[in-house]
Amino acid sequence: MNNNIDWKKYLIVFLITAGLFVTAIYLGNYFGDKKLSQLEFIQDQISIDILSTETQFSLLSELSCKNISDSVFAPELGELGSKLEWSENNIGATKEVVYLRKYYSLLQIKDYLLAKKISERCGAKSAFILYFYTTLENCRECKRQEIVLTNLRERYPELKVYSFDYSTKLGAVEAMLQIYKIKDTELPALVVNEDVLSGFQSIDELEKRIEKVL
Amino acid sequence: MFLLQDIIFYVLAFLSVYIQVFFFVTFLENRKRIVVREGHPELSSYPAVTIAVPCWNEEHTLPATIQSLRDLNYPKNKLTIFLIDDGSTDGTWNIIQKFAQYPNVKIFRKENGGKHTALNLALENTETDFFGGLDADSTIHPESLARIMSYFEKDKSAMAVAPSVIVYNPKKFIQNAQKTEYDMGVYLKKMLGFLGAIPVTPGPLTIFRKKVFDDLGHYRHGHNTEDMEIAYRMHKNHYKIEYCNDAFVYTNSPSDVKKLYRQRLRWIYGFINNTIDYRQVLFDKKYGNFSFFTLPVGVISILAVSYLFVRIILFFGYFVYSKIVVLSALGWNFDFRVPSFDFFFIHAPAFSFLIALIYSLVIFSMIFGRKMTNEKRIFSLDILYFFPVFILIAPFWFFQAIYSTIIRRRPAWR
Repeated sequence: MNNNIDWKKYLIVFLITAGLFVTAIYLGNYFGDKKLSQLEFIQDQISIDILSTETQFSLLSELSCKNISDSVFAPELGELGSKLEWSENNIGATKEVVYLRKYYSLLQIKDYLLAKKISERCGAKSAFILYFYTTLENCRECKRQEIVLTNLRERYPELKVYSFDYSTKLGAVEAMLQIYKIKDTELPALVVNEDVLSGFQSIDELEKRIEKVL
Repeated sequence: MFLLQDIIFYVLAFLSVYIQVFFFVTFLENRKRIVVREGHPELSSYPAVTIAVPCWNEEHTLPATIQSLRDLNYPKNKLTIFLIDDGSTDGTWNIIQKFAQYPNVKIFRKENGGKHTALNLALENTETDFFGGLDADSTIHPESLARIMSYFEKDKSAMAVAPSVIVYNPKKFIQNAQKTEYDMGVYLKKMLGFLGAIPVTPGPLTIFRKKVFDDLGHYRHGHNTEDMEIAYRMHKNHYKIEYCNDAFVYTNSPSDVKKLYRQRLRWIYGFINNTIDYRQVLFDKKYGNFSFFTLPVGVISILAVSYLFVRIILFFGYFVYSKIVVLSALGWNFDFRVPSFDFFFIHAPAFSFLIALIYSLVIFSMIFGRKMTNEKRIFSLDILYFFPVFILIAPFWFFQAIYSTIIRRRPAWR
């Protein structure tokens, strides 16, 4: 019986397999990078939108509120938030993703300040929720709170929810934490129309508060 | 940072891709040698052959088995049929007796002692140079024996030739899943045949040179898988096993999950324990590809399917958990919305490409196997039945076979 082992074949198959592995990893990285550049593109778009609204606001605020009220809210912000969260879960907290998260937090603060200013000056009905959370290991209720907020956002288009990761190392986010005296032991924390609420808030409780102002 | 589970995953994925590529490269090397003959093969002589049918409570399937033996296109005076009743408690013996009138049929009756004892009784009475068994739940294609014998004529060093076992008349979902598995087996065993590394000489119609048993001894219990044990013993003694892909044998497949489970538990238990018994063969280059490819492939397959199963269970566990969290956060009064589709959320990490590659090669082996069995419907949705059955149920018999091995409890035959 021919018991000779064709070692060359074993080696060639090894090289083919290794080649397929490298190709698969390359493709995985390629699509991951493509997603990140998509995120960057959305961020840039939002940044331009906000800048444009700010400028528009400065130019027209004295004349009419009508012209700006429609365009003030950047709807892509919510979309970007969910894509960013997806990327954190699936691509991981890479350097690029962490950077995008910081940028996103900053855009949210800018949008919040601007939306509040417009709302005050033009008297538009709008409700704001600032949501502070942290990792699942340190905040068991954050996931449930997030589900409640997502549901509310779908039900009330005028509601604006801004979410901030407690651990984001960014001066602007840290300033918000200081202003509202948010502690990491009391997460999730919400600021609903300037009232600070600690711990999980049920959908009924939040609905009551939102309906008061809308 | 790589987690332990990622490392396990990538090691198993690498080995699984390696195995599939190895089979595919073997196919590319030998594709011109794969022939499916239509009619009767030309033989310069017809050696005398004894075929033994061990029977234990086989009254329903036995008549068709014997008839198919009698219908073989092989000279009647060169074929001796042994019918052995291994202590049946049903009407098997009555059926056997009806065939005693034919000159080339010999009948035997003994106390129940297991399939290997029935085959050994046949071996003790065999006077021909070629011997084979045929399970009493199988029937043979009329040309199969002649086609098998053509391999012996062509290659004097071939000591045993295994046939292509195909599922007979699959009706139920579970039988169609097995049909796909057997069809794939035809392709894979042919490749193992090219590598000289077939791990089993199936009960349905493997023909041996009688010399194998004269030299190596008769059948052993082999953990209820005597057809695997003899193959291992042959490899250990450098006896060549060939694979005749166009010698078709049709076998009745288990018709429900319970019967399939018992059968597979016995097979996997047999594989594990025969491999343990012959562990000295593993990774010893004296024993060729059987030692470096076939046996490791068996072990890796058990590990990979078990691992995949655990991952699937964890995935579904997480899915159910996340739904419970939604329920606890919103109560029952949440409204269902169809999520808007966005390509962004299609996850395409490296491992998804590897899994797609493995499945593509598996599906290729199923399709090519079907082609080799002359199946008319080569591209049938039936092949998809294989996946749920063998991904979700197989791990249970793997786990139990491992457990039974640890506690040394041998599974029953049926």
